[in-house]
Amino acid sequence: MTTINARIPEGPIDKKWTQFKSTCKLVSPANKTKLDIIVVGTGLAGASAAASLGELGYNVKVFCYQDSPRRAHSIAAQGGINAAKNYQNDGDSVYRLFLDTLKGGDYRSREANVYRLAEISNQIIDHCVAQGVPFARDYAGYLDNRSFGGAQVSRTFYARGQTGQQLLLGAYGSLNRQIKEGKVKLYQRRDVLNIVIVNGKARGIIARNLVTGEIERYSAHAVVLASGGYGNVYYLSTNAMGSNATVIWQAYKKGAWFANPCFTQIHPTCIPVHGDYQSKLTLMSESLRNDGRIWVPKDIEDARKLQRGEIKANDIPEEKRDYYLERRYPAFGNLVPRDIASRAAKERCDAGYGVNNTGLAVFLDFSDAIKRLGKEEIERRYGNLFQMYEKITAENPYETPMMIYPAVHYTMGGLWVDYHLMSNIPGLFVIGEANFSDHGANRLGASALMQGLADGYFILPYTIGHYLADMVKEPRIDTKTNEFEQTSKEVVDRIDQLISIKGTEPVDYYHKKLGKIMWDNVGMSRTEQSLTEAIKVIKEIKQEFWKNVKIPGKIDEYNAELEKAWRVADFIELGELIAIDALHRRESCGGHFREESQTEDGEAKRNDQEFAYVAAWEYQGKDKEPLLNKEDLIFNEVQLVQRNYK
Amino acid sequence: MNFTLKIWRQANPKDKGRFEIYKIENISPDASFLEMLDILNEKLIREGKDPVAFDHDCREGICGMCSLYINGRPHGPDDDVTTCQLHMRKFKDGETITIEPWRAAAFPVVKDLIVDRNAFDKILQAGGFISVNTGSAPDANAIPIPSHIAEEAFDAAACIGCGACVAACKNSSAMLFVAAKVSHLALLPQGRIEAAKRVKAMIAKMDELGFGSCTNTGACEAECPKNISIAHIARLNREFLCANIKE
Amino acid sequence: MANFFNSSVGKKIIMSLSGLFLILFLLVHLSINFLTVVDPSGKLFNQASEFMETNPFIFVMQFVLAAGFLFHIFYGTWLTLQNRKTRPVPYAVSTQSNVSWSSQNMWITGAVILGFLVLHLYNYFYKLKFTDLIESGQMTEFELVTGLFHVNNWIYTLLYVSWFIILGLHLNHALQSAFQTIGLNNQQWLNRLKWLSSIYAIFITIGFSTISLYFFIRSILN
Repeated sequence: MTTINARIPEGPIDKKWTQFKSTCKLVSPANKTKLDIIVVGTGLAGASAAASLGELGYNVKVFCYQDSPRRAHSIAAQGGINAAKNYQNDGDSVYRLFLDTLKGGDYRSREANVYRLAEISNQIIDHCVAQGVPFARDYAGYLDNRSFGGAQVSRTFYARGQTGQQLLLGAYGSLNRQIKEGKVKLYQRRDVLNIVIVNGKARGIIARNLVTGEIERYSAHAVVLASGGYGNVYYLSTNAMGSNATVIWQAYKKGAWFANPCFTQIHPTCIPVHGDYQSKLTLMSESLRNDGRIWVPKDIEDARKLQRGEIKANDIPEEKRDYYLERRYPAFGNLVPRDIASRAAKERCDAGYGVNNTGLAVFLDFSDAIKRLGKEEIERRYGNLFQMYEKITAENPYETPMMIYPAVHYTMGGLWVDYHLMSNIPGLFVIGEANFSDHGANRLGASALMQGLADGYFILPYTIGHYLADMVKEPRIDTKTNEFEQTSKEVVDRIDQLISIKGTEPVDYYHKKLGKIMWDNVGMSRTEQSLTEAIKVIKEIKQEFWKNVKIPGKIDEYNAELEKAWRVADFIELGELIAIDALHRRESCGGHFREESQTEDGEAKRNDQEFAYVAAWEYQGKDKEPLLNKEDLIFNEVQLVQRNYK
Repeated sequence: MNFTLKIWRQANPKDKGRFEIYKIENISPDASFLEMLDILNEKLIREGKDPVAFDHDCREGICGMCSLYINGRPHGPDDDVTTCQLHMRKFKDGETITIEPWRAAAFPVVKDLIVDRNAFDKILQAGGFISVNTGSAPDANAIPIPSHIAEEAFDAAACIGCGACVAACKNSSAMLFVAAKVSHLALLPQGRIEAAKRVKAMIAKMDELGFGSCTNTGACEAECPKNISIAHIARLNREFLCANIKE
Repeated sequence: MANFFNSSVGKKIIMSLSGLFLILFLLVHLSINFLTVVDPSGKLFNQASEFMETNPFIFVMQFVLAAGFLFHIFYGTWLTLQNRKTRPVPYAVSTQSNVSWSSQNMWITGAVILGFLVLHLYNYFYKLKFTDLIESGQMTEFELVTGLFHVNNWIYTLLYVSWFIILGLHLNHALQSAFQTIGLNNQQWLNRLKWLSSIYAIFITIGFSTISLYFFIRSILN
């Protein structure tokens, strides 16, 4: 096992980042123009990083698989972005945001990283407003806030239910400006299929042009991965159809450590599954829990009638409704963190109290809020979400309660990075959801946007400079070197292998199979037995996939099935690692709930004695067990206590 | 539900392309339009045929990637939705559904129903941003903005760049798309500084890329999934006129 | 400003200014026509015609007007042709979008209007200016204008009224569109201008048509 050095600066927690910024190595403006950086992904993290690096004068190449950077899935984030501005004068501070995020993550994240995130949060809001992001404002023209799960202050900035869209368009605007300036070159409709390592350093990538099928090589002085999370391992998730783990997974197979893969977030408020043809799940913003009340019937007979469609929600009188979150967690009520809200819904549905035909749904009711605030105000706050719900379900949420159920939403795990956001491979930086760094075992609402932008705008530009200061002497490298040839051949061989299987089942067949075992056995609650079985089944799926998958079409053309096949092949392998990680972590924390480790009243029970570390898995070769490296988490600022939202 | 699908098939940009007819059966009215196409594609793959290529990604109406012209309307027969939010319950059982790609010289077909909308990126690259460097912003509350201005700016900023406006317009004009960005930034005090330069640069790029001119038919507004008003086009025209007069 | 005239928006603004000029002219024309009804003896109308023929300002304006028409027609046709090029492959299913017919067919209604305009110019303008019908005292301006709306020549009146219906359709889109193009519109005024445009179109159509019908019916009664 390697000793892990996370390169956390010395000094008190509130001085670390300032200290780093004032002492890190710099690259002179003239030298910056000699340095190339590759950025993979154009979501909040990727776009903000590419734009900021371009502003500094580096030559940036940015890649996305969609037809435009603006389509990255950050665009779908609804609720908001946290910042410790304390504009509401309700007692917020950087320190409190830090504590909330650390506690929300169930004490499985690095203190120094989380503090830095909280510290930077305010700058993000300033910058985004300057970019023209139309945040919600009060009638005097000042910025408005709402509250989110896991916090007792209102610190979430929002732009209707489309905050992610507006922030991404802001970053995309800055990116466009750099493209115009010629500092950033955009490569769209490219799948980045591998990274190239030269003399131990990340020096390039291999990409597939999705339109022509051509395999392309690009070199640089550093590579930044901002490719997002891996929620699509579960097939059904709130991720976009194309969201994939390919580049981080291939980087893992090239030696980058994969940290805490089992920390996946199941979001409590999604539209329930309605059929086996379903391709994805739609999230209903957590902000709805500000005014909506979650309930199921008290009486199991009522639940059965609801399931059979004999009665409707409004037929059940107030006294026969069980507002179970308010009952179990009086201090936070409907605003408990996501993992807790999700498990509570599952607990009720497993006990037979589910409210739709599948028995897998609970009510999210706005009737009280409409009575209190009026329909107009509710429409102003959540209009687009209500409309979206109605379009999908053909039910009017102003009149009947919404039905919701948890769904896979976010992955806290990802490639291991140090304080500099660099992986254990020198020159390979990982930012945004693709890394593991700031959210521990559970991410609080409105923190993903904060992290993506903090990484891209304000952290990476400093830390990558520190690395590149030593690379100034290194010349640009040719993409015809052995290392590029070798990696490019690996990519071509794998594509050839996939297309030549010519089996009988389409890619989706295997993806759905993988998704089912992941959801059933590695989902909201996990046991030794379920995980062992999952590992076995995933191995079988993998074997069958490589024997029997059917990919039509050719290599050298637009071929959506080939794209999917490569991605699913990676998901299958990653699914196994998730299960292995979940099996080894014999404690419950955040989104990872092991049934063997719970308190008497069914709450998650951490085991800080044995598991207060980051599990950084190291690839050992095909069909070999991965090696576990541990980065111990040291807490100086907080005392580890069991999370309590009661 | 059962449907007859008449779908545009075109192997690559050089291929002439043609319609092909497919029958599809047993579709749930709750299935989305794209899920219906998924089912069709699965069937085609099993039969050893080439699946239909179409753009899609988030499937929740915000990324702007899906782009189908269905029975004479961009995004199909429902208002204020993208194709991915369209559900089969909006069609009649047994109906023939004609599916075409966006048609415009500025949006060449890549394959089947996929078109290249790179022109939109290029227009925004010409000036659809506020030139602020990371790190130089004042406090976010330093400039209060009346909430109705912020709201109007938001209405324009809600554009998802799907291109339905171009697809719907008989002149393939991109004016609503351009107006949305110009209007969003021109309304905000931060964006005023570059407003004149921006509008001129974006219009010049739009013209260069082969979009038609606006004849105010309002088809763009009628088909915009985000309901962006053509009042923003009036603002664009005003901004453009003033920018040129001041010159 | 050179870029302005070369830009699509600039061209549209020029087009709408020429349209607004013609819209104004229609009002002037209609008010003169009304004189035929106000004074059925024709004296008033003849005086007005005399004034129009001899006033030097009007003399100049008629060239401006002719230029305005020619510009509107040729420029509009050219722009329409340019716009056609933007969609080389047409849709198989024509648009089902919820838009007004007139907004989609401005060139067609324009072409119909032009066709009748030629006839109109021959019937009145040519005869007034280039024949000696009036000078020789064969008939007055009033008789020339009202004489065509006769039951014996019913097809002319029918064409005339149909023509103004087409013109009405053209105007229904034209006025609001012109305001929109020169930027004098916003969320509040969007619908108001649509109404205003429709009211103006109906006013012009009914105005001209009733005058023709008035003389037509009179010819039956006599």
